[in-house]
Formats: sequence, structure tokens, C-alpha cells
Amino acid sequence: MKIKDIVRILNAEILFADEKMLETEVNSACASDMMSDVLAFVKDQAVLITGLCNPQVVRTAVMMDMVCIVLVRGKQPDEIMLKLASEKRIAMLSSPLRMFGACGLLYEAGLKPEG
Amino acid sequence: MSDVIHLEFDVAGNNFVSAGTATNQVKDTLRNLGIPNQDVRRIAIAMYEAEINMVIHACGGKATADIYADKIEVVLEDHGKGIENIELAMQPGWSTASEDIRGLGFGAGMGLPNIKKYTDEFKIESEVGKGTKVYLRVNFS
Repeated sequence: MKIKDIVRILNAEILFADEKMLETEVNSACASDMMSDVLAFVKDQAVLITGLCNPQVVRTAVMMDMVCIVLVRGKQPDEIMLKLASEKRIAMLSSPLRMFGACGLLYEAGLKPEG
Repeated sequence: MSDVIHLEFDVAGNNFVSAGTATNQVKDTLRNLGIPNQDVRRIAIAMYEAEINMVIHACGGKATADIYADKIEVVLEDHGKGIENIELAMQPGWSTASEDIRGLGFGAGMGLPNIKKYTDEFKIESEVGKGTKVYLRVNFS
């Protein structure tokens, strides 16, 4: 699955991502509002799905070399978050879906936790 | 790479926005040195958890990183309130973080277990009322 597929499946707004990033392959996903739970998860080319919306979401994704962050329930990142995401070239999306629905749709579309 | 690279950071307390900047600089430095990704990630996660702890529990402190040809050693030292029972603090899920901290996405009680999981050596010394010193080592593969 590519980041552009996530955009389509989750009806997501692209807050930061260029054409090249949209073509990036995503192999697995982690969904949590607790960043330490995310930090216990190591997979390559992963997407982070979260309802948390603060700069540490981006920092956590950076530490984990994640390629995409999806904020659920239409949450909007502030400027600090967007600046960090663009510096580190992590795609930032916002989906109107709730966490469970977003995870369900991605799973159904073939994205699995173990990649 | 024969010489040791020594980095020092002041970690600002109670500044949740900047928390993680020291770890980020260490991560970028290791990446530029061509250290394998999985090793960079291991020390980044461990140091980031320790840095967050220092910010949320101890009003900040100092961090140093020494990068050798075959390993990295990181020391984080604060003069915060200390940890009463380290054995308890090491248990997954055990936390003294406030609801405010949990609302920020931390304080799930996974910080120290994560640090232990990702490092080759993890030492923690703490004295109540004096502060906490954490030593982390990751060997390069």
C-alpha cells in the first residue's frame, strides 16, 4: 500500500506530502494515543495512526523512522508539528474517521500490523 | 572513525515542545556517520524515552553522548525528585505520571521497559530528593 492509497481509503486531507512521498510504500501500521506504546513497536516504512495531536507525535514518528502520520477525527496539526514533519519528510494526513474505523479500513485494504 | 565524538546537551525542563531535540541531534549525527539504521533507532528510542522522563518528571537536566567506532554511550543526569522504587518503576505499565502528562501521550509506564528493551546496557541510579542518572549503551552491529 502507498501513502496515496491511505489518503484515498481514509478520505484524508493532505497537510504535508509531496508527489514523491505519496508514492512511498507503507508496510505496516501502529495505532495508539500513547507514544510509549508506539515506541515499543519497530517496523520499517510504517504509518502512525493517532488521535493525539502535539509535537511529540512527530518526534516519536521521527525516532521510529515512520513515513506517515494520520491524525484521526479531523484533528489539525499546529505549525510546530507541520514544520517538524516537513523537515523530517514525514507525510502528515488528517482523516475525518475515528481511530477504529480508520484502522478497520486500512486492515481490510491489506495493511497488516506485522507488515 | 577513530576519535570519540562527544556531544553535550542542556535539556530544558517542562518544555514539552522542545523535548526530544537532544535525541534528534544524536540520531542525525549517527545517521551521518553511516551507523546501521537499526542501531540508530535503538539508541534514539531509548534516549528519547529518557529525555522525555527528564522533561516531565525532573525539570530537565544534562545529557551527554559519546560515540565510538563500535558503540554509543549516553548519560542523562537530572537533579529532580528522584525515583523512590526503581524496581517498581521498571515494571511495564507502572507510572506516577499525572493525567496531564497522559493527555500528552506519555506516562503509560512503558518508558523504562522500552529503554531496557532497546539497549545493550542500561543502568539507573536515583536518590529521592537528589536526582537520577541514567546510562545507556548500544553496540553497533
